[in-house]
Amino acid sequence: MNESAWDGTLSASEFSASAQAFAEKWKLNNPAYPPWTWVKSLEVPIFATNQQVEEGYLSLENVCIVKSNDDEVASCVEGEASLYDKEDEESTDSATLPYYFDFHIIYSASFRVPVLYFRAYCSDGRSLGLNEIESVLPANSAKVLLESKWTFITQEEHPYLNRPWCKLHPCGSSDWMKLLFQAVEKVDRPAMELYLVSWFSVVGPVIGLGIPIQMLKEP
Amino acid sequence: MKEAQEFVWMGAIPLQIHLHESEVTTVPPPPPALILAPRIGYLPLLLPLIKPYFSSTLPPGVDTVWFEYKGLPLKWYIPTGVLFDLLCAEPERPWNLTIHFRGYPSHLLIPCEGEDSVKWNFINSLKEADYIINGNCKNVMHMSQSDQLELWNSVVNANLEAFIRSSSKLKSGTIEDDYASKSSLSSQKSQKMIGEADTSVQTKTGKVPVRLYVWNVSEDFGDMEDAPPIDSWDRISYVNRPLEIHREEGKCFTLHDAIKTLLPELFGKKRKPKGEGNISQPLETGSTADDDPEIKLLRIQGIEPKLETPISWVANHLRHPENFLHVCVYIKVPSAKSL
Repeated sequence: MNESAWDGTLSASEFSASAQAFAEKWKLNNPAYPPWTWVKSLEVPIFATNQQVEEGYLSLENVCIVKSNDDEVASCVEGEASLYDKEDEESTDSATLPYYFDFHIIYSASFRVPVLYFRAYCSDGRSLGLNEIESVLPANSAKVLLESKWTFITQEEHPYLNRPWCKLHPCGSSDWMKLLFQAVEKVDRPAMELYLVSWFSVVGPVIGLGIPIQMLKEP
Repeated sequence: MKEAQEFVWMGAIPLQIHLHESEVTTVPPPPPALILAPRIGYLPLLLPLIKPYFSSTLPPGVDTVWFEYKGLPLKWYIPTGVLFDLLCAEPERPWNLTIHFRGYPSHLLIPCEGEDSVKWNFINSLKEADYIINGNCKNVMHMSQSDQLELWNSVVNANLEAFIRSSSKLKSGTIEDDYASKSSLSSQKSQKMIGEADTSVQTKTGKVPVRLYVWNVSEDFGDMEDAPPIDSWDRISYVNRPLEIHREEGKCFTLHDAIKTLLPELFGKKRKPKGEGNISQPLETGSTADDDPEIKLLRIQGIEPKLETPISWVANHLRHPENFLHVCVYIKVPSAKSL
């Protein structure tokens, strides 16, 4: 695009294109999960009348996450909780009860990178606080969060929904994205459709969502 | 420039704060607290001034303070002056607010644990503005903890002198410094500001941090007093996008241009730019502008600047301490917007 080195960021339209590629690859390679959907952002109700609104975000909702005994997070699809033995559930403490997560990947115009927003709730609909969520995250992840200057979680307002959500901070994303691409892809500037796949390979495990290795390969 | 900064920093809103009736345990109920709140400050910071009025009448329990205006819980991280400009179409003096010490609406408002939460939010906004202006957060990240604290305290106390001293340590994080001393560095992006302005919004990235609060008013109203009250935050559109300034020879990028650039969904591309320079009045209601939204009201720091004002002047003179320009705008969109 330009002669100077890539700074690790992407434009709004590159994000939209990358989101589509990500969603398609996910559907193909992660059939056990529900698919990511693209939600058009309707910041102002009257925008709904404008067919040209391209701005939107990726949404994955009702993902059931159960913390198993060996401190790894197992994810299951809502409705398939029967995979887990009912007896096991009853004999364990509240930390292993299934929690449900909603994930939104939203573009930040200020930082020019994707940002992960999420929230969690119990099966009875009660929202989880930040502390409870951190207790469900993988042990590695909790450590990463504590020590890393790049990733930390705060409670902030969802950019579109006017409700408190958790946010994984974007400051520094462009730095590690740049490093990731240089190290892995051996190119100075990536094919932008792959941006989200690579981004998610780093971010996903922090919140307990793995990414199958096939997704990282070119189709 | 200094005068404008003083104007902004000295701006204050007289508040009359009533304790919510459900939390009054004494008869007669306590009188409301009268507080002068700095425009550039935040409501939770006023708590030390307010609490003494009500502490003897509160029910037992832990304080979880929140404010409300006519039933609308107030977002504590929006500067006080911005809340006032947005929610009071017809300025109410004093501004009557209700304070709650119990029953925090955590399904609606993010938690506020006192001054630290507000400070954290301020520093993050400062970083975001830094990133928008410079393409990185280095200026803020390299500030020592004590310098950051000094900067924050100058905001808490609305002390401009202290702020100027502290922000000099931000090392050209401000818009005008870039222009004054670094125009040689931004060779690729330097475009002289034509017309007006001894000060230019010359930033490394060519972008200005702006936060827009848009209220689509569906019914027409002549008098501000008739403006319908805002009963839910869902009715306000919050647009947090950097403003990219497009400079053209001989033309001035105005406040009006800025609003249109920030809201492309409203001010669509269907209008051909024939002589953009002569858009010097608010949108006319004839000819091609029939479908365009009408800006009913635009407020920044309590004033209503003319739409033809150069955006560079507005951004440099009316921004908040965290370097964001907060703009409240009431827009009326024609009901049948065809494409």
